[in-house]
Amino acid sequence: MTSAAVPGSRAPGPSVAPVHVEAELLATRRLGAYRLLTFAAAGVAERFRPGAVVALSLGPERLARRSFWVHRVRPVGGHGASVDVVLAPGAPGSGSAWLAAQPVGTRLPLTGPLGRPFALPREPVDCLLVGVEASAAVLFPLAERLRERGCGVHLLLGARDEAHLLSALEARRTARSVTVVTADGSVGRRGDVGGALPERVARLDPDVLYAAGPLPTLHAVAAAAEAHGAWSQTAVEVPSPCATGLCHGCPLPVVGEDGAPREVRACTEGPVVRGDRVRWADLTGDPWAGPAADPAPVRAAGPAGERP
Amino acid sequence: MSAGEVRLGALRLPGPVVVAAGCGGTGRELAGFVDLSRLGAFTTRSVTRDPRPGPPGPRLVEAPSGLLHATGLANPGLQHFLAVELPWLVAAGARVVVSVSGADLGEYAELGRRLAHAPGVAAVEVAATSPEEPPGLLSAREPFHAASVVGAVRRDLPVDLPVVAKLRADVPRVAEAARAVVDAGAAAVVVGGALPAALPDGRPAGLGGPAALPVTRRCLAELRERVDLGGVAVLAGAGATTAADVRGLLAAGADAVQVGTALLHDPTAAARLVDDLEETPA
Repeated sequence: MTSAAVPGSRAPGPSVAPVHVEAELLATRRLGAYRLLTFAAAGVAERFRPGAVVALSLGPERLARRSFWVHRVRPVGGHGASVDVVLAPGAPGSGSAWLAAQPVGTRLPLTGPLGRPFALPREPVDCLLVGVEASAAVLFPLAERLRERGCGVHLLLGARDEAHLLSALEARRTARSVTVVTADGSVGRRGDVGGALPERVARLDPDVLYAAGPLPTLHAVAAAAEAHGAWSQTAVEVPSPCATGLCHGCPLPVVGEDGAPREVRACTEGPVVRGDRVRWADLTGDPWAGPAADPAPVRAAGPAGERP
Repeated sequence: MSAGEVRLGALRLPGPVVVAAGCGGTGRELAGFVDLSRLGAFTTRSVTRDPRPGPPGPRLVEAPSGLLHATGLANPGLQHFLAVELPWLVAAGARVVVSVSGADLGEYAELGRRLAHAPGVAAVEVAATSPEEPPGLLSAREPFHAASVVGAVRRDLPVDLPVVAKLRADVPRVAEAARAVVDAGAAAVVVGGALPAALPDGRPAGLGGPAALPVTRRCLAELRERVDLGGVAVLAGAGATTAADVRGLLAAGADAVQVGTALLHDPTAAARLVDDLEETPA
């Protein structure tokens, strides 16, 4: 399918085989309005590539699994590499309130890495990474990987307010430029990502746009890339109840390589797909809205109020 | 037959753990978590003659002690299945039970005809009674409807290729339905599958998972008390998640147990059950 890479890039292909392990919660700390959870999960960090997710089982009474972007992998003494995920407490269906209340030492079944990661360019090119609120977590390891390849990395981060802005300070250590917009103007420019996007694209002339956030943002980035003649890679968030491709419960409407419309599974053929392949108009609304969407959107991002 | 083997007509399965239709992906995804050849059998998602796109999401919704599913039996159609998915499953060593669903008896008959010549098919499961009752597909609510469908599929299949009839989760009529489909040529029946339910928005759905386990037990009890199927194999449908559940269903009269929702919660569930049953035989 369609998470095909940009030309001259390394196609992600199917991710390496995931592992299912009992993960131990090593640390939990506040991160603005969010919580950062660090898990020791043997074998997961070693297989990780930016854009992949991990799925957690929250106990026998919650049968749908919860998927989260991996925010960071890093070595932790005595445990090998650990995996960080970002919780947005209060996001419907994410199980985040339950997860946030778990004490250090809690052990949970964790599967990962799952899904197709971001395609990375072979050559050093200029990349604009666009992220909104907790969704931006997935962009940080991507930014590091792009920088290692000599790419020019520029970030555009948005949030409703400063508390919901994810790690903008950390972003400045990785990116050549960081632009911050908040709806209330508490930090950075007042506005939203959609409003700031045209100016950033025109000024930076990126070859590739990467995006993570609510559907309208992803759509706006895909459209901006197409208008600019750039490639886009979008991390699409749809409810993914098993996250492993078994249930066929996370349909993602796309246009195939042959131009025909079809559906793929967001958890296996996604969650990262090329922006020009997604049939955005056929993606139904806000995946977090209403009780029907309760199980497991990818990660715990709440609605960002972001409208392009 | 060695200990642990299960007979479905002429087919012998090495163990009682069978992947339920619609819960094993295409097989490739599950193969990352269990050696498919160790399972009793792998039941495919329900295949129709033509591709079915399925409804928009959400298709699976959490319910207390269960999962509601409304996938609309989305599948790529028989041609794609035969060309791509079936050969891979056979190469992986799976005993492949092909689940079929159709719009009418003619489509069921065609599915049976085309599967009759497909190499690697171990059995055909007739799913004429999906609790989702997806639009465009036959819903065999009455036992004689189910029997007609089984007969249509059975007609052109080789005699040694068993037909498994998946019965509606209708406790008062399960014995009657089992008798009817066995008379129509079924070599095995699946009882106690997902329960008819509805999503929060009212769309028809199936409820699987631990919530359905007591209903499966009741179905087995109904069969045991009300009908003599003459040695026809009985597969228990919904709700098993632990080795104790499987052993309990086998003790209640099941010859094998289909595992479905458990895999969606824990993709290693089938491997774990096989291991546990081997370690502590009933």
